[in-house]
Amino acid sequence: MKKNEDAAAKKKPKTSAAQIRVQKDLTELDLPATMKTNFPDPADLLNFTLTITPDEGMYKGGAFTFSFAINTNYPHDPPKVKCTQTIYHPNVDLEGNVCLNILREDWKPVLNLNSVMVGLQYLFLEPNPDDPLNKEAALEMTKNRDQFLNNVKSTMRGGYFKSVQYDNVLAR
Amino acid sequence: MAAAASSSDWPGRYHHIDQILDKPGPRTDPGFLAGDGVKDFLRGQAKILVIGAGGLGCEILANLALTGFKDIHVIDMDTIDISNLNRQFLFRQKDVGKPKATVAAEFIMKRVPGVTVTPYFGKIQDKDEEYYMQFNLVICGLDSVEARRWINATLVNMVDPEVPESLKPLIDGGTEGFKGQARVILPGITSCYECSLDMLNKQTQFPICTIANTPRLPEHCIEWASVLEWPRVFADKKLDNDDPDDIDWLYKTALNRAREFKIEGVTWSLTQGVVKNIIPAIASTNAIIAAACCNEAFKIATSSAAFLNNYFMLIGTDGVYSYTFEHEKRQECPVCGGEALDLAISPELTLEQLIETLTERQDIQIKKPSLSTPTKQLYLQAPPQLEQATRPNLEKKVSELVPPSGEVTVTASTLPFSLSLRIAYTS
Ligand SMILES: [Zn+2]
Repeated sequence: MKKNEDAAAKKKPKTSAAQIRVQKDLTELDLPATMKTNFPDPADLLNFTLTITPDEGMYKGGAFTFSFAINTNYPHDPPKVKCTQTIYHPNVDLEGNVCLNILREDWKPVLNLNSVMVGLQYLFLEPNPDDPLNKEAALEMTKNRDQFLNNVKSTMRGGYFKSVQYDNVLAR
Repeated sequence: MAAAASSSDWPGRYHHIDQILDKPGPRTDPGFLAGDGVKDFLRGQAKILVIGAGGLGCEILANLALTGFKDIHVIDMDTIDISNLNRQFLFRQKDVGKPKATVAAEFIMKRVPGVTVTPYFGKIQDKDEEYYMQFNLVICGLDSVEARRWINATLVNMVDPEVPESLKPLIDGGTEGFKGQARVILPGITSCYECSLDMLNKQTQFPICTIANTPRLPEHCIEWASVLEWPRVFADKKLDNDDPDDIDWLYKTALNRAREFKIEGVTWSLTQGVVKNIIPAIASTNAIIAAACCNEAFKIATSSAAFLNNYFMLIGTDGVYSYTFEHEKRQECPVCGGEALDLAISPELTLEQLIETLTERQDIQIKKPSLSTPTKQLYLQAPPQLEQATRPNLEKKVSELVPPSGEVTVTASTLPFSLSLRIAYTS
């Protein structure tokens, strides 16, 4: 009997380092009330979304959702993060690509999901026009801050602005 | 067996190597069996696995065969490409398209009499623990981080403290241009591959905003085409790095962008190099690192001299610099760190009771643990949605959730990394 059990144990899948790291990262997340994760399939820890509802700054009142996809080579590879909505933001392009250094060139395995989420939230508190992905938005922000603020407010309600259709991201 | 091995040997064949094996030196290990004992082990019994039959692998196979190893196995999942021929010297033009492992094995057996090389054309993940258990030593000459992490974790998990033969020394070689490293990993004892994951040279990545707005280099244009334009244009089609048509599209797209920004230097082969992250392989770096690896294999197999402890790095970018040091095991390593605990519990115990038992134990000091098996989450403390989804498990019996001798991974903020439980049921 013992022998059979040992043989069975050998064929069993082992928990991978990536799996353990993701479990650790997720269960030890220390998120403020402005950030919430959602798992479409609670059994799949590698694919989920994060919704940020900033409570200050010019994006206050919006709810911004990002998809996270983690591969089996985590944390050697960073998580792949995209904004799922079309939004008007100097550091997020219309395809949902995000310009955040720790998602790419400055990613290190010692960083974790918490660092990425905090970094994303920071983009809404302090958009950075010096590292633009949406050049027009960045230009507007440096040139005419009031106009930029207006654009942010109106695009957050959704609808067309300069022939781009933005998603309504107002928090419900 | 010794007789069979010697049938293809001729007088003086191992004259030079026998100088080392015939008598102990001042620094040889006390366990060294000078003379026939060690020779018989090396040439008649030792079974060694080589993972990778590429730039490093070709060198490693040749070195091992010429050192006197006679039972060599080799795994590689690739076929031979024409661009390999400048340095992967076991392959010829006629071999292009054939499996590397098979061609390398045939070449070595033809060239070095009496050596058996058993090839496997496929992935290391196809093989199970029973397969890896048959070897005395494993040498890796891989260029993939993912494959290395897998074999490292597999060999660490195989170690059974009560069975000394379950410990398979892993010698890992790696090169990147003029840089390289060779290391000896004694699974569970020394630092492992995962312990040093944060030491890896990262591939150069450009900030995405530079790529989007201020390209200055041909690489910026190529990354623009692959990272931003491809997903925009082909929303649902995944880029295939190995498809020449896909590379062609990227090349043309990058070239147009380069013209727009007056940047020179976008070529087809640079495009391929950037998207496949190809770092030019240097034959001499491969030769040095493979030699270092095989030297360690020989010393470990024969105990004829102390082996590397445990990390050798070579930097050949400006002159030749090398440095050897002991890379330290990380206590919080997810593969070799952390604790393992055998736990015998009643089949009637519920998951909630198991968690209570764990938190009450003085020896592990654990608070708010999250538990999972390799295939499912048992109970996660957070985020709230996952806590809710796993909460119904608390009332279930552990025996309904975890098979006998099953593995449970426990994480908690109070643990350096994780705790691995092996569950047995008392009858
Ligand atoms: Zn380790």
